[in-house]
Amino acid sequence: MIVAKRKPLQEIKDMLKPYQKILVLGCGSCVAVCMAGGEKEAGLLTTELQMAFELDKDKKQIDTLTILRQCDREYIDEVKEKLNQYDAILSIACGVGVQFTAEVLGGAKVLLPGLNTTFLGATIEPGTWMERCLACGDCILDETGGICPITMCSKSLMNGPCGGHEKGKCEVDRNRDCGWVLIYERLKKLGKLELLKTIKLPKNYGAVKRPDKIIHEAYQPVTVKEVKDSQK
Amino acid sequence: MEFEPKIMAFCCQFCAYSAADLAGSMRLQYPPNVRIVRLLCTGKVDPLHLLRAFQEGWDGVFVAGCLEGECHFLAGNLHAKQWINYTKKLLKELGIEPERLEMFNMSAAMGTKFADTVKEMTERIKKLGPSPLRRDVKDSH
Repeated sequence: MIVAKRKPLQEIKDMLKPYQKILVLGCGSCVAVCMAGGEKEAGLLTTELQMAFELDKDKKQIDTLTILRQCDREYIDEVKEKLNQYDAILSIACGVGVQFTAEVLGGAKVLLPGLNTTFLGATIEPGTWMERCLACGDCILDETGGICPITMCSKSLMNGPCGGHEKGKCEVDRNRDCGWVLIYERLKKLGKLELLKTIKLPKNYGAVKRPDKIIHEAYQPVTVKEVKDSQK
Repeated sequence: MEFEPKIMAFCCQFCAYSAADLAGSMRLQYPPNVRIVRLLCTGKVDPLHLLRAFQEGWDGVFVAGCLEGECHFLAGNLHAKQWINYTKKLLKELGIEPERLEMFNMSAAMGTKFADTVKEMTERIKKLGPSPLRRDVKDSH
């Protein structure tokens, strides 16, 4: 899932200062799971902002609403009318949600980010999330025992470990596990250490053309002629 | 007129709520500034409940749960402790003294501890003065 972290209250307050009628828009998917932008967090942030502006004797109307996803048109369309009633919308979705909501509203509404989108990660334990994928577009997990060196190695090395590891820890941060030691241990457990003998070639970082776009094979544009051909 | 703080207490029914009852049976005197909300477990406490109390103008809030390691639901009071530490940070961010919020632990047999807790919180809030968000708090009685 996409993991995000709430911006400091002061930063959010500064962004909202010029606006009177504000809506805190939560997103019920990834950011709800990582306890940053779901319905509960939207309610909490709304209460905090209402209190903060009341303390500043600044009269603002701050409401809250949470939709299931801010990265899918149909969920935004449902509440479009309501969203248009506000001077500004503080979206606490990931960066995708903030941009896409603005896009669906025709770019005519001020959309502000309440979160800093951080990484693609997994829930390690309740309240703890950790990065697991860098979305490089060219997965090599089959060669590395299911542990990603691009993500788990601080230097994203294709062949490791480097000389900087000590007792399984990384030289970039001694509290962090060395990704390549993790890969070695995993391959040992799987009885596939021979995979380390192959030198891996430099990674093709051009696999993803940013900003990338994917069109599902079944949704490729077709010409009318082709349709007619297939009906023959 | 001396400032009389309004304090909200979220009490677990298995310990602090019973302790409050015991304090009454023991005819213990404690300041009448506290209003009690019964919870099934302090693990139910949410930062939103705590912040809303302050938003409504209450001067202080405390949460009272079972002694550590003796939660009826095993770890509810420990979760509450984490959430209260978090809410204290939120209060600080808002410019409200985090000391206005506190967590206490007691057993159902500790009527005296409950009375002392109310006394302690009342004294503490009196020293801090009224909450910056204080307005006429409607008496829940």
